[in-house]
Amino acid sequence: MNRARARRVASWFAALLLVSSGGAAQDKLVVGSKRFTESYILGEILVQAARTAAPAEHKQGMGNTGILFAALKSGSIDLYPDYTGTIARELLKTDASDLDSLNRGLAPLGLGVAVPLGFEDTYALAMLDSEAERLGVRAIGDLAAHPGLRIGLSHEFLNRSDGWPGLKRAYALPQAPRGLDHGLAYEALAARQIDVMDIYSTDAKIEKYGLRVLSDGRHFFPEYSAVLVYRLDVPRRFPAAWSALQKLSGRIDARAIVRMNAQAELEGKSFPAIAAAFLARTSVQDAGTPATFASLLFGPDFWRLTAQHLLLVFASLAAAAAVGIPLGIWAARTRAVAQPVLAAVGLIQTLPSLALLAFLIPMLGTIGVWPALVALFAYALLPIVRNTESGLSDIAPALRESAQALGLPAMARLRLVELPLAARSIVAGIKTSAVINVGTATIAAFIGAGGYGERIVTGLALNDNAMLLAGAAPAAALALLLHALFEGLDRAVIPRGLH
Amino acid sequence: MLALDGVSKSFGGRLALSATSLAPRVGSTTVLLGPSGCGKSTLLRLMIGLITPNSGSVSFDGVPLSPGNIDETRHRIGYVIQDGGLFPHLSARRNVTLLAGYLGRDRSWVERRVVEVGSLAHFPADALDRFPSQLSGGERQRVALMRALMLDPEVLLLDEPLASLDAITRHDLQTELRQIFARLRKTVVLVTHDLHEAAWFGDEIIVMREGRIVQRGSVDDLLQRPADPFVAEFVRAQRADPRLVAM
Repeated sequence: MNRARARRVASWFAALLLVSSGGAAQDKLVVGSKRFTESYILGEILVQAARTAAPAEHKQGMGNTGILFAALKSGSIDLYPDYTGTIARELLKTDASDLDSLNRGLAPLGLGVAVPLGFEDTYALAMLDSEAERLGVRAIGDLAAHPGLRIGLSHEFLNRSDGWPGLKRAYALPQAPRGLDHGLAYEALAARQIDVMDIYSTDAKIEKYGLRVLSDGRHFFPEYSAVLVYRLDVPRRFPAAWSALQKLSGRIDARAIVRMNAQAELEGKSFPAIAAAFLARTSVQDAGTPATFASLLFGPDFWRLTAQHLLLVFASLAAAAAVGIPLGIWAARTRAVAQPVLAAVGLIQTLPSLALLAFLIPMLGTIGVWPALVALFAYALLPIVRNTESGLSDIAPALRESAQALGLPAMARLRLVELPLAARSIVAGIKTSAVINVGTATIAAFIGAGGYGERIVTGLALNDNAMLLAGAAPAAALALLLHALFEGLDRAVIPRGLH
Repeated sequence: MLALDGVSKSFGGRLALSATSLAPRVGSTTVLLGPSGCGKSTLLRLMIGLITPNSGSVSFDGVPLSPGNIDETRHRIGYVIQDGGLFPHLSARRNVTLLAGYLGRDRSWVERRVVEVGSLAHFPADALDRFPSQLSGGERQRVALMRALMLDPEVLLLDEPLASLDAITRHDLQTELRQIFARLRKTVVLVTHDLHEAAWFGDEIIVMREGRIVQRGSVDDLLQRPADPFVAEFVRAQRADPRLVAM
């Protein structure tokens, strides 16, 4: 998640640089692309086609629609591939997505759309073909007859107005879907953890996973035809390149783009190579509707997310304390195991959380709360084990011996003297784990375990900072609250004589 | 009672105590005297099984100490160390009654006994519910003594019990301790590096140096008939102390 954020920040900076250096690209046709596979491929095809007639450059993966649009307006780029539905809804805030309407809306900005490439990339729902066959499901409407089907949706689809909420209304679907990272949804579907997922109609993995794309009889999903968005001065400045680009009109059909997406995503071929191969013989969308931070923060999902988050944090913390304290005692008593035990729990701490989750899903054979709890439990161990061990080891030898000299057996010494003396350190360890867990639990949303992370994941996918903040802020507040709570516990648990 | 037979102890290859046999006289006070590092504390710690000898054996009432009987034996031995070794998380009262409570002694007996040892150690009853950090150094040692005496042990071991106290408090406690020892007629072994204190308490004084006993006897023996130049020098150095002039 941090990497993704870093990339986002980087692309914002890139956009700022581009915007501030606008208008400098006079001699070269500059093609932009968004940051996803299909856009990279289309950008590469456009650039290679234009190069047959003029110098051209590809600024790859610049970011989301907003960034590309800003770059286009400022002249940092001359054109980029996009989808009619996206342009209508996100840029022009209208529902009319035919080329004429779009051109009318864009003309005042000095921009236009042209060259429909020949395919649509729209949202769709998919099932395993075998399962769909068994249940006799061909269209989205057929789902209504099977209320028991488990639907796993990307957070973006789950939350945007033209996604699940509208679809549910349009087809009167009774199911309650769960949010799930898109990349993990295929495996979840294959493992029959879920029955239905959302995909893009040009998805590279349709064939690989044997998916059936359910037909959209009521045309709920709007048309997302791939087109070029360009500056109106391009045909004048690069007449030869422009006519070369126009020849691409209708050249890329759905099968072709699915195949190219698969070449990139499944076969690991480079974008230039894929584009070159395509031209020698013969583009996914982004962003949602922004809402205000305050309305998002205390949205209807607030208490559900809070409850989920608290469950994740406290269930894992309780388990970690139940295991970690005895482990710490063992390490403090038996010098020989101290180092191996501390090294082992320390090692767990170094595993990236997403990697650990990805590892736990096949191991536990499920997604959602369980792998999240196991991961959080593992992360919470180190502070508890280490603080228990050090709290016990740091007891003054004179005190340890005084308890021995009294004639108290080992267990009684532990219970009556050593653990109370180590209480401060142990509580501090649990406090550290609790605060860490509040943060780490946000990751759980990637695998559909809920919690505040659901908003962060959604915010990342939609590039919606308000949504992201509406998830991050309560998590931070919860961490502070827990910290204060443990200060109180300090007073209750730590013997009075030690204050 | 307590007997050490040919007991030796080394730490990490360094000999702390060479083979030593010793049986403190029952009902009287034996003082282990010597400079730091002479092995006197090691001897005391062997007696209560905090460390185990490399050779020889320690026995109590003729029974060798073993992991099986050590806790039971310790219940019959009181042990006081320099800073008291009081548990900081427990009040003075809980420090004193911890073991009795664990052993399930009758509650009213415990209460009576706390009053008894409290008056013996001259510890104010209203301070019983204070924590060690709220007590003075002298008060802490009184609590440590109460804790050691709680189960009325046959043997009392004291390791430099007064060393960290100021001169006035030490003087008061020396006076009181001797009265207590005389009254209880317990077998007492007291470790000190202070000749004056040894003379004050000791029915028998055992002078130690570099892990072995160099002289045993009364204070007169030490002063009049030092066994070797070391004892003579140790005595001379401490007699220069103005407090000893009165002796």
